[in-house]
This record gives sequence, structure tokens and C-alpha cells, in this order.
Amino acid sequence: MTLLPRRRVRRALDTDQRFPTEPLDGALLEVTDVRTMFQTDRGLVRAVDGVSFSLERGRTLGVVGESGSGKTVLSRSIMGLLPKSGVVREGSIVFEGREIGHASPEEMRSLWGTQMAMVFQDPMTSLNPVMRIRRQITEPLLYHLDISRSYANELALALLTSVGIPEPERRLNEYPHQLSGGMRQRVMIAIAIACGPKLLFADEPTTALDVTVQAQILDLLQAQQRERFMAMILVTHDLGVVAGRADEIAVMYAGRIVEKAPTTTLFHQMRHPYTEALVRSIPRLTNRSHTRLDVIHGRPPDLVNAPPGCKFSPRCPYVQDRCRIEEPPLIDADAPGHAYRCWFPVGTPEGRAALERNRAEGRVPVGTIADTVPAADTISAAGVDTASSGGA
Amino acid sequence: MPELPSSPAERLAAEEDREGLPPSEPLLQGLAVELGPQGASARRRLGIAAWIAIAWMVLVIGSAVLASFLPLKDPINWADSSHLNQGPTLAHPFGLDGSGRDVLSRVVYGGRVSLVIGFGSIAIGFVLGGVLGLIAGYFKGRIGGFIGSVLDIFLAFPQLILALAVVTFLGRTTVNVTVALAIVSTPILARIARASTLTWSEREFVLAARAQGARHRRIMFREILPNVLPAMFSLALLGIAVVIVAEGGLAILGASVKPQTVSWGNVIVSGKNSISNAPHIVLAPSIVIFLTVLALNYLGDVIRARFDVRESSL
Repeated sequence: MTLLPRRRVRRALDTDQRFPTEPLDGALLEVTDVRTMFQTDRGLVRAVDGVSFSLERGRTLGVVGESGSGKTVLSRSIMGLLPKSGVVREGSIVFEGREIGHASPEEMRSLWGTQMAMVFQDPMTSLNPVMRIRRQITEPLLYHLDISRSYANELALALLTSVGIPEPERRLNEYPHQLSGGMRQRVMIAIAIACGPKLLFADEPTTALDVTVQAQILDLLQAQQRERFMAMILVTHDLGVVAGRADEIAVMYAGRIVEKAPTTTLFHQMRHPYTEALVRSIPRLTNRSHTRLDVIHGRPPDLVNAPPGCKFSPRCPYVQDRCRIEEPPLIDADAPGHAYRCWFPVGTPEGRAALERNRAEGRVPVGTIADTVPAADTISAAGVDTASSGGA
Repeated sequence: MPELPSSPAERLAAEEDREGLPPSEPLLQGLAVELGPQGASARRRLGIAAWIAIAWMVLVIGSAVLASFLPLKDPINWADSSHLNQGPTLAHPFGLDGSGRDVLSRVVYGGRVSLVIGFGSIAIGFVLGGVLGLIAGYFKGRIGGFIGSVLDIFLAFPQLILALAVVTFLGRTTVNVTVALAIVSTPILARIARASTLTWSEREFVLAARAQGARHRRIMFREILPNVLPAMFSLALLGIAVVIVAEGGLAILGASVKPQTVSWGNVIVSGKNSISNAPHIVLAPSIVIFLTVLALNYLGDVIRARFDVRESSL
């Protein structure tokens, strides 16, 4: 039952708004010192604390971190999808030369769908259970683009075909519960790319899916992103997911970017102990069975009362006194575009000395950190390279 | 295997039926798709009790609508003054009342007024309560709090007294009684709509719709409302039953429609003084009300069970 008349709702955007007169060079998205804090009874939760990066058209940024590191909040902050009350936002977000850091939901609405879109984590709950797939895809098309219903239907069919859904005509008339999880995520992707956004957020798009489907969905996202020259922010807790698919990777911890680098640089010259620990926690195919995984001991810090120095210091095998007092800034590394936040970086004489000292004092649990950093083999052994080869 | 249509006309008809369906799809599967793949046939089966309830409602509503075409005595002006309080006979199956009027005719005609009040007030309450509940549940802040507390105030007020007061002020007409009972039913339906909206609006598909640039009104009416409706529908059917009973209650308090208008409540009232020597006058409309309420309650349950979207199948 529909109470609203099935008329075409007026266009959300004027043509010149959709196709800006700005030159196409320059970053699509420029994020500077973004902070997002939530007011709670316990105090201010600093979910995102001073994050800066820039993203160019057609590029993919992988945002990696464990639960509670602020990666989802970061993507929702950029998109402006945060709750209305109890949120403190600071910093600047420039999208296509337009400051949107403090835009109202009404202003953001002109960007949602047509300029930026999001694929959500759980395809089980992000489709409306009582609406047919057809309507869920055509609705944004009719709303944003000035097209007829029959053309919208054609587009919906083309979209479903392009995201690799078999029998797309039949699926259009089905309800979400008749589709498998992987297919639902494909539908979600079809909806997200329907209006041709320039920036696509994929917020852990494969977490809720069967492992066998994960690679397919990631490949699909990558293929669509390349075909449409979208910029993509791929949020995940799995380094393996972004390894072959992101141009650049930002590792987040406790609301901060702790290391940021082009993908190959990150895996070959990782500097931050947290990145190293994340890579080590990927199970390796070459390990004998029943080998214990290298886990990161402890839990992420409380974001209300974060430790004063480096936020990773309580869990870091390289930790020194300085780390507990003074928070390291984002230091530029030798490689272009590579920056990290560490006083005793992995793979440097300082880092090795710090590790030696800790080991001599018996502070590092035996067997958690090897002497050399087998970064490159770790990745290939973890099957990361294999996953990336299927993308094109 | 379905039989092949023999004549060209039949074939044409079969062809037409298939229009709009994918070619491979058997015709009936279109229905099954509506109800879900599992147990589609089991769900489509209603069971004998549901059919009896439907039949009863068809009988009651049909006779009320067609009352003037049925071979019934005039419910007000026809009277057999020689057989006052006569029990059921072949000519008058429900007997005659204290003024010699035909009770069957009065029950059938009374159904017109009672059903209009029942369906009308719930229809008003459904729309009003639905919209209020959606707004209150969707905008959880100041607006939602305000609407919520106003609804609570209405709920805290004794409902019969509220209806009584409204009818007394507005006058004892069918429309006013309908309005009075609509005022009573609105907060109840609004509460259900609000509670249901509160849970549905937290779902990720609402956020997904927002991320696609949908406006609040669109999200409320196109995304959330279809999910809220089933809960409201089943409650509304129960509500109709409750309102029909409430009309009887108001009649006994002398606050329903005027005595010269026939309603089920008024038929009961007309027999209440002779209940000891002529119980059929009170019993006939009471039993009709009882069966109607039973049928509506049962149908409400059936509808709820049918449209119950189980979490697992999401």
C-alpha cells in the first residue's frame, strides 16, 4: 500500500550542481584534521581524532583497523550520516572544492546518491524487506534523475546485469528474502552505483558474507569502480581485503591514522608496529596446521580516557618510556606518500634496538615477534596476492 | 502438467493471463512469490474457521448494505401491537420487541449504524494514529516526545468517559459517535504505530535510504510505513470489534445515537426492561455482536499470522 501518489518527485539537483564547473584536476575529497566525538554519560568519546587524507578521482583508499578504531565513524562523518544529537564534529571535509564538514542534512541530501553513495556492511538488513528489488533500485533513479519510469526499469535491469545477478528480470520482481546474502550485497551495490556517484564508500562490504562470496563482491566493487571512474573508500578490518584492491591504505587505530602509504609501500616498508601486528595476524598457508595465530594482546584503548602518549603503547612490543608520555606525530617516511606515527618504527635501527631492549627486560611475550620482518612473504603466503589477481 | 487449452479462445485467454510474467514462470507462481517460497501453499490455505469468520462477516455486512432490498419489515414504523414481546416465530425469526417491532429487521438495520461506527471510527483512528505514530516514532526528539506524551494523556483518560463527554457535547448523531470513538481509538493505534516505527527506523535500510538522498517524508511513508502496516492492520480489526461493543455500552448509558436511530446498542437498550419475560430482544443483537467480535478477532489473528515477517526470512 502506498499512501503517496506515484508521481515523479521534483529533481533534487540542477544540472550545473550535478556537473560542477570546477576543473577536474585536484583531489575529489580532501579531509583535514577531522574529529568526531560523541557525548556520552561517561564523557566525550573521541571516535575519530584528527584524520587527514586526500583522495583523487578513480582511486581507492583502503581504511583498515580493528573494531572500534573509528573507521566506520570516519566514513559516516565524511558522508554526514551521523546521529543528530550528541555529536561534536570538527575539521574540514572538502568534496569537489566544496566544504561539507558542517553541511546540514538538507545540503548533504543533494550529494547523497548522486555524488557519494555507500554500500553497507550487512545486506540482510540494508534492504527493505517489504519492497520488491525493482522498486528499491528504481526509486533513487526516479528521484534523482529526470527519467521516465520505463527508462528507470531498463536501467534497473542493466544495473542488475552489470553486478552479475543471474536472471535479473526475475530478480527485479522478487523480495530481498528470496535472495542469498551475496546476491543481496550485489543488489546493494547496484543501488549504490545507480545514480553514478563520484565517491563510493564500502563499509565492510563483505563482513556479513560467506567467504566464498567475499572475493566475488570485492572484485565486483573494483570492476565497477574502474569502469565508472569512481573514487572508493574501502573500509575493512582485513588487510588481505585491501591488499590487492586499494591504491593507498590508511591504517587506523583509536581514531587516528597510524600509518598511511601506497599499498605496495605499506606492505614492503611498514613502519608502524600496529600495521606489522595486523599483517602478522593473517593466517599463513605455509604454517603447519594448529599453529597459533599471532594475536595482538589486549584491547583497543578506551576512547574516553585514552592513554596520554602513543595510543598503541599499552599493546606495543616496541614500547619505550617515551611512547607512554609523548604522542608521535605523523612522520613522513622516505617513500613518497608514506607517513607513520611512531618513535621507534619497525625496520629501523631505533625500532630494532627498542625491541631488543624490551626482550632483554623480558617484556615481550616469547614467540610473538620474529627477529626479521617477513612482510613480503607474509602477504603472499596469506593468499593476498592470489585474491588481488582476480580483480581485473 | 496443466491441460493444454483446446479452443483458440481459451488459448488466447491463457496467453493474456501470462502477460507480465516471465515466460518460464507457471501462472500460479506469481502468487507464491508474494507470500514467499517456503510453505506458500500452506500459507495460502486459510482453514475452515477463517472461512466461517469470513462468511459471517460477509453475511452481516452484506445484509446491512442490502437491507432495504431484503424482504424485511420496516424497523421503526412497522409494528404488530397485538403480539408485543412475542418470541421467535417463522414469520419473525428473532421475535418481536416491546413495541411489536420486528427484531430481525432491527438487528439488520442496526448493523448499518453499528458497522459504520465501527469501521468509520477505526478508519479515522487508523489514518490519524498511523500518521501521529509514524511521526512520533521517526522523529525521536522533541516532536516525538511531545506527541508521545499527548498520546499518553489520552490513554490515561478513562475511555468511555471521554467518548461520553464528546457525544454529550457534540450531540447524539452517527457521525458524532463515530468521531468520539475515533478519538478514543487514535491513541491506541498511534502507540502501536509508534512502537513499530521505533524499531523499524533503526534498521539499516533506513540509513541506506538516507544515504541515497531520500527525504524524511519519503523514508517514513515508503520505507517504514509498509513495514508498520501489518501490525496496525491486525490491531485495527480487533479495534473494530471493540468499538462495536463500545457503541453498545454507550447506548446503555444513553450516549450513543438517538433512540429513534436503530443501532445494535439501541436494540439491546430497547429490550433491557423486558429482559426477564422476553430475553430474545436482548439476546438476538447480543449474539450477533458476539459472533461479529469473534469473527473480527479471529480474522485479525489470521492476518497477523499471514503477514508476520519472520526475522529469519529477512
